[in-house]
Amino acid sequence: MPKSPYSVPVVGSTGKTGSWRTFDPVIDYDSCSRCRTCWLYCPEASIDLEEDGTPHIDYDYCKGCGICAQVCPKKCIEMVRTTERTGAK
Amino acid sequence: MVAIREMPMKEYVLKGNAACAGCMDTLSLRHALKALEGDVIQVVPACCTSVIQSLWPKSGLGVPVLNTAFMAAAATASGVRAALKVKGRDDTQVMVWAGDGGTFDIGIQALSGAFERRTDFLYVCYNNQVYSNTGTQRSGATPLYAQTTTTWYGKTEPEKMLDLVVAAHEPAYQATANAAYPRDLYDKFRRAREIHGPKFIHIFIPCPQAWNYPVEKGVEVGKLAVETGYWILWERIGDEFRLSPQSKRYQDPSKRKPIEEFLKLQGRFSRLFKPKKDEKKIAELQAYVQHRWDILLRTFT
Amino acid sequence: MKTMLMSANYAAARAVVSARVEVVAAYPITPATTVPEQIALLDEEGIYKGEFIRVESEHSAMFACIGASSAGARAFTATSSNGLLLMDEALHWAAAARLPIVLANINRSVSPSWNIHVTHDDSMSKRDTGWIQFYVASVDEFYHTIIQAFRLAEDERVLMPVMVSADGFVLSHTVSPFDYLEPEEVDEFLPPYKPPHWVMDPDNPISHGNIVFPEYYQEFRYQMHEGSKNSLKVYPEIEAEYKKLFGKYFGGMIAQHRCDDAEVVFTAQGTVGAEAIDAVDELREQGYKVGVARIRMYRPFPVEEIRKLASHVKAFASFDRGVSYGFGGHAANDIRAALYHSPHRPFVKSYIGGLGGRDVTVEDIKEIILATVRAVETGELGPEETWHDLLE
Ligand SMILES: Cc1ncc(C[n+]2csc(CCOP(=O)(O)OP(=O)(O)O)c2C)c(N)n1
Ligand code: SF4
Ligand code: SF4
Ligand code: SF4
Ligand SMILES: [Mg+2]
Repeated sequence: MPKSPYSVPVVGSTGKTGSWRTFDPVIDYDSCSRCRTCWLYCPEASIDLEEDGTPHIDYDYCKGCGICAQVCPKKCIEMVRTTERTGAK
Repeated sequence: MVAIREMPMKEYVLKGNAACAGCMDTLSLRHALKALEGDVIQVVPACCTSVIQSLWPKSGLGVPVLNTAFMAAAATASGVRAALKVKGRDDTQVMVWAGDGGTFDIGIQALSGAFERRTDFLYVCYNNQVYSNTGTQRSGATPLYAQTTTTWYGKTEPEKMLDLVVAAHEPAYQATANAAYPRDLYDKFRRAREIHGPKFIHIFIPCPQAWNYPVEKGVEVGKLAVETGYWILWERIGDEFRLSPQSKRYQDPSKRKPIEEFLKLQGRFSRLFKPKKDEKKIAELQAYVQHRWDILLRTFT
Repeated sequence: MKTMLMSANYAAARAVVSARVEVVAAYPITPATTVPEQIALLDEEGIYKGEFIRVESEHSAMFACIGASSAGARAFTATSSNGLLLMDEALHWAAAARLPIVLANINRSVSPSWNIHVTHDDSMSKRDTGWIQFYVASVDEFYHTIIQAFRLAEDERVLMPVMVSADGFVLSHTVSPFDYLEPEEVDEFLPPYKPPHWVMDPDNPISHGNIVFPEYYQEFRYQMHEGSKNSLKVYPEIEAEYKKLFGKYFGGMIAQHRCDDAEVVFTAQGTVGAEAIDAVDELREQGYKVGVARIRMYRPFPVEEIRKLASHVKAFASFDRGVSYGFGGHAANDIRAALYHSPHRPFVKSYIGGLGGRDVTVEDIKEIILATVRAVETGELGPEETWHDLLE
């Protein structure tokens, strides 16, 4: 135990917050223009970008808020029920 | 305005933190910290951001955060700044990140004192117009007719024009921002970073929990605040005032969307629409939009 | 070392210079005001080398100290009465954050009514904040105890803030010679503050003070308690070193005078404890076996020292310049509690007096000691507490 409560930065400080989701953002890469708008607006910083701007959702942490789908100018992010995407029951 | 691809990739708001899904506070903080590139000591009084950081011994923020008491953010920052001065670290930003409660209400004395002392720091008020941390009680920033858990039938007074109070301290830099415009927000933090002296950035933060709108609509709600003319984006470097481009076109009342569009998305204004539409109160809120523009422009131009 | 002639408050300001304090944040309140006034002057004249934040309240004063200490600076403030009370939230905060801040408190009565003279209620009501507390009785002792306080607070085994209290006006404004140490002389005793536990630093971004759930909160509080109690070991070491370096010693945690063979021991905090020396000497001349124990360190409470005294005295006459309303004298209660598990439990007579700055004279103290001598002779403790010199 340290003497007083100081904390160290870590990814996943509240665990795998992906488990909070009921809907998953799913990107249609064929329509995606690599404009990075989804990355800009993700409150959770859970969209990773490739060099060319290709976005990847980090489903371990994405909280499923749906903001990325709302702001995508191409409307190429669909919110899909988590159970449907993963096939989980 | 900064292009998205020019913004730093490094994240200081770390994924997997304790913020609600769709939190516009974390979105704003994310870009603020990118603009400061992590060379900052962040002071956080009691508010949602104290919770977002997650439980000890972990932190969801990749910058040093000094949590402090609700009314003491600006005083704590004054001490941090003094220590950095003694240590010769003048370039490190000291940034307060406080809610509207911690700024408009309980923290206003410390804020005023620190500004009057010309403390070199950046005070950020992220304004979700309510005490979210403690469960949606009214604050001095809660708008007229908004329902909260201490104003169940709607608040009976409009919000305090805090920016004018801050302006009376003649800050070195002052700006308003809005979580729905992260690039503008980023630019303003970049500019603040280059200026020494007391600096104030006031960010409009839609809160899905407290305002009761669908969680994915944060950006839409934020933009409506600007498009209806309710939230005005501007900045002031010393005495030099300028309307930010996003708000400039709404200086013309005929360009503005009706306030109703902003109000009707949010459960906190539901009593204005149910059981039947209260035209009188909506008109009052509509008139208040122009009132704010008039005061702002009269004061600064 | 050189002799200076100053009031206790001015001497406290000089201690800030000697200890190379890096950040002072303070707000005026009588009778502490002349401490920040003097620091301001030393600051403007370049004698004090740190930063002085002229804050807008005492709450802000302590939180500015908290901010400064969190960023690794040695921090100091001074206040009194209402100012100390306004700091309450911050006092708890500083202790729990384990920040070695030093506070000079000039004891003053609490309002209403407005009264700027000494009562110990202000600092005594802060006994449970975690702050280590000293009460001093002379200008020289005030000055040197402040310097020692930094060393104690910053000791890795302790890491708790320290409050040094001096009686308002009776001491704060009394001009008397004291032995001043240049900062260069103090350096060996008090090296620069380097936080051994945590510090705000962008190069190593740790955060402090976020949420702790019930499964760990208690463990942090336990460590505060241990840190405080460690000063019972550490302070005597510090004092011994100080004595060796500067020839200065103020009597340990409880400064005793003629206690070795005493049957009745008068106890007090602050200047009354020094006044009592004359009373005891006069009574000794008349053949009474009496002594005085001036409690210097009040938190942590020096329980073992009290028990040692109790092993050979027949009664304590505890004098409190303050009240725990509904339960009596602060020190009397603490002494009684300390003795409950001791094999020796002499009478503890409780006297409350000198409130609001009312004079406590040698005659008053003699009267109290003699009443206690009589209690021993008759075997009757008498009332639970006695308000000394109470008007009808
Ligand atoms: C002295 C004190 N009074 C009350 C509280 C309880 N409290 C904690 S946060 C808060 C409201 C914070 O509101 P705001 O500053 O708007 O931040 P938000 O939670 O909305 O992010 C209150 C009332 C406290 N921590 N300290
Ligand atoms: S916002 Fe839409 S189009 Fe733009 S990068 Fe993201 S998914 Fe692709
Ligand atoms: S759903 Fe929300 S959290 Fe998930 S990637 Fe989209 S914006 Fe980010
Ligand atoms: S209550 Fe609102 S501001 Fe607070 S964390 Fe949740 S979404 Fe963010
Ligand atoms: Mg709020």
